[in-house]
Amino acid sequence: MTVATSRQGNTARAGIKLPWLPWRSVTLIFALFVILSFIIIAVTIPFWSPYDPVGLAGRRLQPPSALHWCGTDALGRDVLTRALWGTRYSLPIAVLVLGIAVPLGVLLGAAAGFLGGIIDNAVMRLADVTLAFPPVLLAMAIAASLGPGLINTAVALIIVWWPIYARLMRAQVLNVKKLDHVDAAVIAGAGPLRVLFKHIMPLCWSPILVNTTMDVGQVILLASGLSFIGLGAQPPTPEWGQMVAEGASNFYSWWIALAPGLAILLVSLSSNFLGDAMRDVLDPRIKASV
Amino acid sequence: MTATPEPLLEVRDLRIAIPSREGEHLAVANIDFQVSSGEILGLVGESGSGKSMSMLAVMGLLPAGMRASGSVRFKGQEILGLPERQMRRLRGGRIAMIFQDPMTALNPVLTVGAQIVEAIMLHNRSLSRRELRSRALELMELVAIPAPDKRFDQYPHEFSGGMRQRVVIAIAVANDPDLLIADEPTTALDVTIQAQIVDILNKLRREKGVAIALITHDLGLVAGLADRIAILYAGRIAECGEIGAVFQRPRHPYTAGLLAAVPSIDADVARLYAIRGTPPSIMDRPPGCQFNPRCPFALPRCAERSPELRWFGENVVACHRAEELNLAPVTADAH
Repeated sequence: MTVATSRQGNTARAGIKLPWLPWRSVTLIFALFVILSFIIIAVTIPFWSPYDPVGLAGRRLQPPSALHWCGTDALGRDVLTRALWGTRYSLPIAVLVLGIAVPLGVLLGAAAGFLGGIIDNAVMRLADVTLAFPPVLLAMAIAASLGPGLINTAVALIIVWWPIYARLMRAQVLNVKKLDHVDAAVIAGAGPLRVLFKHIMPLCWSPILVNTTMDVGQVILLASGLSFIGLGAQPPTPEWGQMVAEGASNFYSWWIALAPGLAILLVSLSSNFLGDAMRDVLDPRIKASV
Repeated sequence: MTATPEPLLEVRDLRIAIPSREGEHLAVANIDFQVSSGEILGLVGESGSGKSMSMLAVMGLLPAGMRASGSVRFKGQEILGLPERQMRRLRGGRIAMIFQDPMTALNPVLTVGAQIVEAIMLHNRSLSRRELRSRALELMELVAIPAPDKRFDQYPHEFSGGMRQRVVIAIAVANDPDLLIADEPTTALDVTIQAQIVDILNKLRREKGVAIALITHDLGLVAGLADRIAILYAGRIAECGEIGAVFQRPRHPYTAGLLAAVPSIDADVARLYAIRGTPPSIMDRPPGCQFNPRCPFALPRCAERSPELRWFGENVVACHRAEELNLAPVTADAH
């Protein structure tokens, strides 16, 4: 049984191994490359954008060519440019949703696990109710009642997402609470706040971190999905889901949905690979066997 | 008798009950014992005898659902039932505890130095970081951890079992406690390391004058370390007294049985002696004397009434037949 992670090669790793690369696998490199590129694109695109994302760029419905690598859409806008600008909407959404849902869920879950009793009951029942609904349906319902727009989408997603982290954190806290060193801290005179924050929570992060990394892709997927059905970003926002919806209306101009679809695919895949790699590092016992 | 100074820890009539649907189950039934300053009291008994429970009650750390009653006086002050806030000031300060398993007693994500410093800081809020560090290094030297400067910033997994136990001891004595409760401190360690830990405990008693309540099931450990011994069985005290006297002239059949069960390196026996039967579970206590189902000297009256603790010279015994029995440690031949 492996006790420590080996920094050299390791046989049971996710993805294909390339022996001359110092890193673990192709998937991890691919994932990092994609994510980093997308972040860089999102930050820098206003400075080098090939065309205006919302303005006229050429003739309508042109297939991919040297001028327009991904063609133009029904309003004559360059598809590639819009897809690149889409990073400025999808990535911040993921950060916003997870940036609120994760701390919220973690705090509530830690309180529930540590304090038990009524607080545990209240938080868990609330989480149960939320999780009883299929997440897509619930997100749709909330987004529909709040109205269109990306911010409302974010709110809907936060509401859908926090219980997962509450449950996760609570389970971790309950496990760590039983460990001897927690008793030892109490015996040394530590108060409950100190015990929770210094002796319990630092040992609870690994599954949270792994889950958050994988959820980046999930959030983007769901946000795009909501935009696709018209509940999220509104035209002319160059958001990926929005663009795929336009592509659906102009089905025979296949290139319109291609670029945003690929973008969504790349981000989801990468965040999954990244999460896998994190899990391999943080929790070597459960290795991916792909 | 001359007036003795007030004992450091005085436990009277301690009773720990576990409420259940059928009524109460007693984990510990009206026990008395005391620890004086600078002395080492060994609390000996099998698993389930209540030795650890009694000490948890002293620290105010009984699991939820258990109720402790009686009197626990520490330095003259009643501490049973003290509000949590005040108990926290005692814990780690005047009363400290070390655990059985050094492999899990330390936080794996904090350096050893940070954990020792935390123990000091919890009771000395005003010390600066430099003072805390130097005090922690002093403690590491006290428990004979080599190269404390380097070890300070290392993590527990970089320490061996014996070393970790020393760190645990250092944390426990960080604030010069008056009483140290050692719960099976050597059970998880091998014999050579045990000897080192015993040395450290002795050193602490000599240099710091700390009293130790040593909980163990290892008679050899107790013999080497303790001044007085209290033997618990099924939540009651069977015998308690000065250790030489108890070992040479046990007055309770259980004590005699325990002593006889210690394998001797010179005896040539075909079969090791063991007290027949098993200790009663908490749910299922026998009537009268708890030991009577297993006692080779039991009489019908032993099942009728629970024996009182009575003085025999300097020792106390709880046995109906204490005067009449002449117990050498019971040997295998007698059965």
